[in-house]
Amino acid sequence: MASVVIPRALRGRAGGAERLDVDARDVRALLAELERRFPGLGEALARDTAVAIDGEIHPDPLLEPLEPESEVHFLPRVAGGR
Amino acid sequence: MSARRLAVEARVNGDPVEFLCDPEQTLLEALRDELGLTGTKEGCGTGDCGACSVLLDGALVCSCLVLAAEAEGREVRTVEGLAPRENGGDRSLGVLQRKFLEHAALQCGICTPGFLVAADALLARNADPSESEVRYGISGNLCRCTGYDKIVRAVLDAAVELRRAKAGGGA
Amino acid sequence: MSEPSEPRAFKWVGQRIVRPDGADKVTGRAAFGADRRLPGMLHGRVLRSPHAHARILRIDASAARALPGVKAVVVGADLPLPRRESGGGGESPVDYRDLAENVLARDKVLYVGHAVAAVAATSARTAEQALRRIAVAYEPLPPVLDLERGLDPDAPVLHDHLFTHGVEPRPTRPSNVAKRTLLERGDVEAGFAAADAVVEGEFRTETVHQGYIEPHAAVAEPAQDGHLTVWCCTQGPFMVRAHVAKLLGLPIGHVKVIPSEIGGGFGGKTTVYVEPIAAALAQRAGRPVRLVMSREDVFRASGPAPASRIRLRVGARRDGRIVAVDASLAYEAGAFPGSPVEAGAMCLLAPYDVEAFRIEALDVCVNKAKTTAYRAPGAPMAAFAAESLLDELAAKLGLDPLELRLRNAAKKDTRAAYGPRYREIGFLETLEAARAHPHWSAPLGANEGRGVACGFWFNGGQSSSASVALNEDGTLSLVAGTPDIGGSRASLALMCAEELDVDPARIRPVIADTETAGYSDMTGGSRVTFATGMAVIEATRALVRQLRERAAKLLDVPVDEVVWKEGAAQPAGGTGRILALEELARDALRTGGPLVGQASLTARGVGPAFATHLVDVSVDPDTGKVDVVRYTAIQDAGKAIHPSYVEGQMQGGVVQGIGWALNEEYVFDAKGQLANPGFLDYRMPVALDVPMIDTVIVEVPNPRHPHGVRGVGEVPIVPPIAAIANAIHAATGLRLRHAPFSPPRVLEALLTRTSGLARAAR
Repeated sequence: MASVVIPRALRGRAGGAERLDVDARDVRALLAELERRFPGLGEALARDTAVAIDGEIHPDPLLEPLEPESEVHFLPRVAGGR
Repeated sequence: MSARRLAVEARVNGDPVEFLCDPEQTLLEALRDELGLTGTKEGCGTGDCGACSVLLDGALVCSCLVLAAEAEGREVRTVEGLAPRENGGDRSLGVLQRKFLEHAALQCGICTPGFLVAADALLARNADPSESEVRYGISGNLCRCTGYDKIVRAVLDAAVELRRAKAGGGA
Repeated sequence: MSEPSEPRAFKWVGQRIVRPDGADKVTGRAAFGADRRLPGMLHGRVLRSPHAHARILRIDASAARALPGVKAVVVGADLPLPRRESGGGGESPVDYRDLAENVLARDKVLYVGHAVAAVAATSARTAEQALRRIAVAYEPLPPVLDLERGLDPDAPVLHDHLFTHGVEPRPTRPSNVAKRTLLERGDVEAGFAAADAVVEGEFRTETVHQGYIEPHAAVAEPAQDGHLTVWCCTQGPFMVRAHVAKLLGLPIGHVKVIPSEIGGGFGGKTTVYVEPIAAALAQRAGRPVRLVMSREDVFRASGPAPASRIRLRVGARRDGRIVAVDASLAYEAGAFPGSPVEAGAMCLLAPYDVEAFRIEALDVCVNKAKTTAYRAPGAPMAAFAAESLLDELAAKLGLDPLELRLRNAAKKDTRAAYGPRYREIGFLETLEAARAHPHWSAPLGANEGRGVACGFWFNGGQSSSASVALNEDGTLSLVAGTPDIGGSRASLALMCAEELDVDPARIRPVIADTETAGYSDMTGGSRVTFATGMAVIEATRALVRQLRERAAKLLDVPVDEVVWKEGAAQPAGGTGRILALEELARDALRTGGPLVGQASLTARGVGPAFATHLVDVSVDPDTGKVDVVRYTAIQDAGKAIHPSYVEGQMQGGVVQGIGWALNEEYVFDAKGQLANPGFLDYRMPVALDVPMIDTVIVEVPNPRHPHGVRGVGEVPIVPPIAAIANAIHAATGLRLRHAPFSPPRVLEALLTRTSGLARAAR
């Protein structure tokens, strides 16, 4: 079960939940499952966020695999300079 | 109706040249657009960044502040003319240029031509500069990438090698 | 997927080779954005708004079009209007409607300098005359020129369609606050209640520019079949391709972008300004068009970094452990939404293990140029606030400032403020190196003070491609698609050489165009050595596999009996024929075909960067001038592929930070005009302003990169403002919370204190 942390701004759409357990093998499946449970939530998450899976940030994570014990955070996207 | 173009004769990097320019054109524009010497760069057009540095009769100037017509009868040296000519043919790299590379004194490289010309002028009038004198001598040149550290080291190191070569009577 | 290497002694990686493109750069041969000349090339010029905020009522370009020598004129209405949607090129989503409107205004102008029209003519003079013949009727509107006004619900609104995102319930009135984000953990109130010491403050920074010496430049060339080639200085040729195609309504494959050498970017060349305009003019004229921004226009109308206001409160226990943080960050986004305020919020305390926090981030539109990335976007301002207050906290608790940081330092498995747990990181190592460094305990002179500050940056991964082709003579052509902005060709050659075990002098790295390089995301985000490096390593490993297979075929043995060692195919057993690279190269076409390794990947395993900086300043009590006397930058690089260029990134970032701290700021008048759009009055450091910048590279290898690489380019700019603020405090007792700490500000603070003391004494 991947453990998913819901960003504060969207907790209202997740029935107030801070953290959800979701059985999904990749990010796409995760978003679909979240959308199924809370219509609108999956779409909102897919739009403007990057994803951190077990500590690593992925700007475009659609097919990133999830491990059975993965921890998933949704983050604002961040630009880089240099 | 635009004014007639002026014909200018000068020496650039040791070669006699002839070009046409508008009265208001700068030496920087003439070098780049009329003579195809694009090594000298425009960073600001107002004499504040030094990227357009050239030697005019041996003096360090911002070529964006010199009118092209002012080059008439004078000697201009740009980055393209810094390396010594060997065997009358291709130029190899001079000491300053080699030291810049060894010390990684450039990152993006846009300011490098200006710094090389400024450093060349500095070492021509002061063969044994202190760190402070080097910094003063290149303070007319802006670099945004390196923080100046490696540039200063490269110039100091070039000064050492040039002094050694002179003392040893050449190669 | 990249396999990490075992820790090992490197043979080529770590060598300070001369960069392969070096000779061109020191002889003036290297061609930058404005250096390209094509037959029949026209001169482009852009007409820009004199108003900070106005409606465009009418544009009449007929007189300009009629001028002999004018071959094309374009205004916003001539180009397709994209739908409001995201896409195209990398780390943060681009709103194409906003981008189109920024490149060429439509109904409104939103900052002084906003592009309104453009012409292409046979001479620069004719182009300038043509601009003067374009008649634009404006209806000026009251401008919004600072954060307070932008946050004021009664201020004029820049965008009628903009409703603050992140506020529930959804607002009914449009606003200049584009977005509100909240990061929270734990119980902040309980944390403050339990704290033994609480410090707070409001910190301000001003708009600054990346300050690259090369202005934006492009030469666009149309082809007969509707294709377009754009030569430009950019951090992202594939980004330019996507944006030009989108803004002109062309299929992506019809646009080819050739990246010139680039004279600095630092994030400021991660979007488009002149490229789509040059392309649109070239299409209409049927001839090449050159468009170069003047320095004044670069300052007024490219993408600076935002002014900021940060309110911060930090609580800690007696032993120094931070127990609560409450913060509100507001950044000026400029004319369109998208400041890096969220990144700032995430970075604020990223180096530390903090139990409870509440951090609010506000993205605020104002009538100034739209802000763009600048080296660790959002982080330097946040570190200024956080690291200043940590210093105050240390003083209040009677702790050494390094000790306070050591007691709170994030380590492996610490939960970052932005959510995830860290993996292997090198922050503690930089703190310990600082404490052990002679600078930390060196004596100070009169009027001198020492400051310390730390910094963090996420670093980026994303996608890169590379190919390594074996030429018939045994040399190699290494092709990549990420522009070389700071010497990366050398590092790529070293990584390739390491895998092939040949002298890097045999490898020629090339930065190719969008038709000959595989897709690569931008040069930026401290990602090239990491991600393009990873692609280079994978491509080289693929080539090595092919070489072993080829050798095995030639020797008539199974491939597992062939190893690649010292640049040759050698028998695994130790005895037998050796086939050198040159031999395999020479016979390649006769023995099975060309040998090329290729890789296109999305790099995983990004390791964040941490830094600890020490600075000594001296403050002149009579003038308020602050001089940097000594600077030491300590940073974890994972593995320094080419140490000279890692040092260079550190030194360059530090000096940009020094400029941000001591003198750089945009000065606006009441009408939103920029008073200092030039290098004379936008005062960046020169050689006399700074000392040697000492660097210490700590190496805690990133286990998820084959050579242990961590990105290095951005974090160096994060600590300097705070470090200098802390040093000024140590030298004078003044706590400065408004950067830059230019002489007038410092002097006023000194005099205010003196007069305050004098008043108190009376």
